[in-house]
Amino acid sequence: MKVTVDQDRCVASGQCVVAAMEVFDQRDEDGVVVLLDPEPRAERAEDVRHAAAVCPALAIAIED
Amino acid sequence: MAPGDGEQLLSYPIPSDTALGPPAEWARLRQRCPVAKVALPSGDEASLLTRYDDVKQVLSDPRFTRLLNADDAARVSDSESGGVFNSAMAQSLPQGGEGHQRWRRMVARWFTAKRMSALRPGIEAMAERLIDAMLEHGHPADLKAHLAFPLPVWVICDLLGVPDSDRDRFAHWSDTLLNLTRYQQSEVDAAQAEFADYMAAHVAAKRTGPGEDLLSELITATGPGGHRMSDAELVATGQALLVAGHETTANMIGKMTAMLLADRRHWERLLADRSLVRTAVEEALRFDANPGFGMPRYIGEDTEVADTLLPRGTTVVCSMAAANRDETAFEGAGELALDRSPNPHLAFGAGAHSCLGQALARTELQATLDVLLRRLPTLELAVPAAELRRLEGLAVGGLRELPVRW
Repeated sequence: MKVTVDQDRCVASGQCVVAAMEVFDQRDEDGVVVLLDPEPRAERAEDVRHAAAVCPALAIAIED
Repeated sequence: MAPGDGEQLLSYPIPSDTALGPPAEWARLRQRCPVAKVALPSGDEASLLTRYDDVKQVLSDPRFTRLLNADDAARVSDSESGGVFNSAMAQSLPQGGEGHQRWRRMVARWFTAKRMSALRPGIEAMAERLIDAMLEHGHPADLKAHLAFPLPVWVICDLLGVPDSDRDRFAHWSDTLLNLTRYQQSEVDAAQAEFADYMAAHVAAKRTGPGEDLLSELITATGPGGHRMSDAELVATGQALLVAGHETTANMIGKMTAMLLADRRHWERLLADRSLVRTAVEEALRFDANPGFGMPRYIGEDTEVADTLLPRGTTVVCSMAAANRDETAFEGAGELALDRSPNPHLAFGAGAHSCLGQALARTELQATLDVLLRRLPTLELAVPAAELRRLEGLAVGGLRELPVRW
């Protein structure tokens, strides 16, 4: 699984961090998404898919 | 020809027969008339969107703007000020584009997931205090007046560094700004002026004696390009946070509790498994059939939604609540499923303008529900659910009161 994030689109809802905190974080200065792990292990795939589904800005893209 | 098909205008907002249920019209509109011509309270015409995909598409498309002051844009209400959508406060903050993003990002640092975890114990303590007072009052009690209404004001006052003794004034200002029907225009104007004066003095005081609050930090914070917020922006930011964060959250606490108690099997399921609180809150947000007006947007160029041409100058109203009941997006959309996950509902909107305070709202709802389950496991409605009444307002929907016993 390959993950990319679009920091320009991000609206800092923090939903991805709640869904998969090992893969996503937020910048302290403005809450914008930081990708911690662009190729998460298989056991995190479901959480990452969850994060992408609930992102209000559609800022998370996944390639299998 | 049925209303909404073009001949006769459907009046918007669409009334519902019950306090918690959706209008029957939504399902018909989603199926047969995804772009419905409606008459707004002002008498002006707009196009109503009710399907999940369409609402998400429009809210995520920056060509659909919030510039409802365009000459040919529909007016939402006919009150002199145009209500909260056209207030002076709304005009002092950047409404779109780069200016909006810069403002939003300066404020967003206060709403990160990490900060929410840090705020949570304080919010739970506030809920505990309010519930203590409600217990002292005895039952039956109005959970809205005792808990749902004050809690978000307390949270916002803390965020803004406002002393506890001024919480009641904030509650009053918030109430007058959003209730387009309950107050005279002169009362609304007086409250707005008082609130603006208070915030201006408060910002000035924070400049000389900064605290650990959002305004104090925003005074010295610099955005991209070294931008600092002006006093007018700081005042408007404080006002916007109260207006956006008080009645919305207050009403949602009431509606969520009512939904869970109306069929008490939901409440019992949560008592048996507290780990469902997080998904239950999301589901209550999705299921809310009375969130208020929806999101109006203005399009400055010809465009297409649901294979229908929207001519330049069209005002559209996105009904997120109708979209959240779309069977094509949510399996069993008409059922409250406390373990639904993922739950990509649109209660907070979508795209660049989706609710800035959504993480805070979620935290308040989760904290309140956790504390209620812990402190009042025997909680139940003190009236039949059919006797609950909707709040007649325009901007934010809710229940007039929520009588409970325990």
